Amino acid sequence: MQAETVLDGDVLVILRHPPHGSSWLREGLDAALVAAAFGQAVSLLFQGDGVLALLQGQGPGPLGQKGTSATLDMLAMYDIESLFLDATSLARLGLSTDSLQLPVSPLEPPSIAALIAGHRLVLTF
Amino acid sequence: MRYALLVQGAPYSSQASHSALRFAAALLARGNRLECVFFYHDGVYNAARLAAPPQDEPHLVDAWVRLNEEHGTQLQVCIAAALRRGLLDEREASRHGKSGHSVEPPFELTGLGQLIDLGLGVDRLVTFAP
Repeated sequence: MQAETVLDGDVLVILRHPPHGSSWLREGLDAALVAAAFGQAVSLLFQGDGVLALLQGQGPGPLGQKGTSATLDMLAMYDIESLFLDATSLARLGLSTDSLQLPVSPLEPPSIAALIAGHRLVLTF
Repeated sequence: MRYALLVQGAPYSSQASHSALRFAAALLARGNRLECVFFYHDGVYNAARLAAPPQDEPHLVDAWVRLNEEHGTQLQVCIAAALRRGLLDEREASRHGKSGHSVEPPFELTGLGQLIDLGLGVDRLVTFAP
């Protein structure tokens, strides 16, 4: 049986934008890294197009923006290990957790509500 | 109750600043305290001291300054988001060898850590994004 997922923490950062085309995702991740550097227990929730950030094999490419793939690889170094995604968003995009670059726990809507309620501060990007 | 606002929309480009200012007026009218407005993402453009909107539109930058003068609300701007968008106070302008500055008090350039502290310290942090 799987261990019970912990849905509590200090700061929850919700990422709803895709990794390319705007700086929303990068600036959201920056907030998460700073919160972690300040000693807070940080959780991330990838929701909507935000789940696209987790797809494997993304580089900064020719777009001129730095991209976020490298930042995602640094999360563990910042002790950000509570990573969640909205299962409905992933299914809507026709993706499965097999194609993701990090181990992320898929959550159904009731658990997402519990996740949001379980954090003292929620920042939405 | 002690409130803070997080503004992430550029002035005039989106509704975010207008709504945030109306929300600020409403919460103050009910006797709450507005500790701070934090500007992040494109919201940093709200601190542009050179903003010169037409006279028949609300002057959003001045409206923030009034909030500070009348209610002591701090106006904090994420320095990393601001610098890359050309929003520099006098100190940063001179540090980067620029001939002019685009941010002045009561707006203060500060780090993202302030946003985290603020969010954990107030009763409510309300986000206004495009």
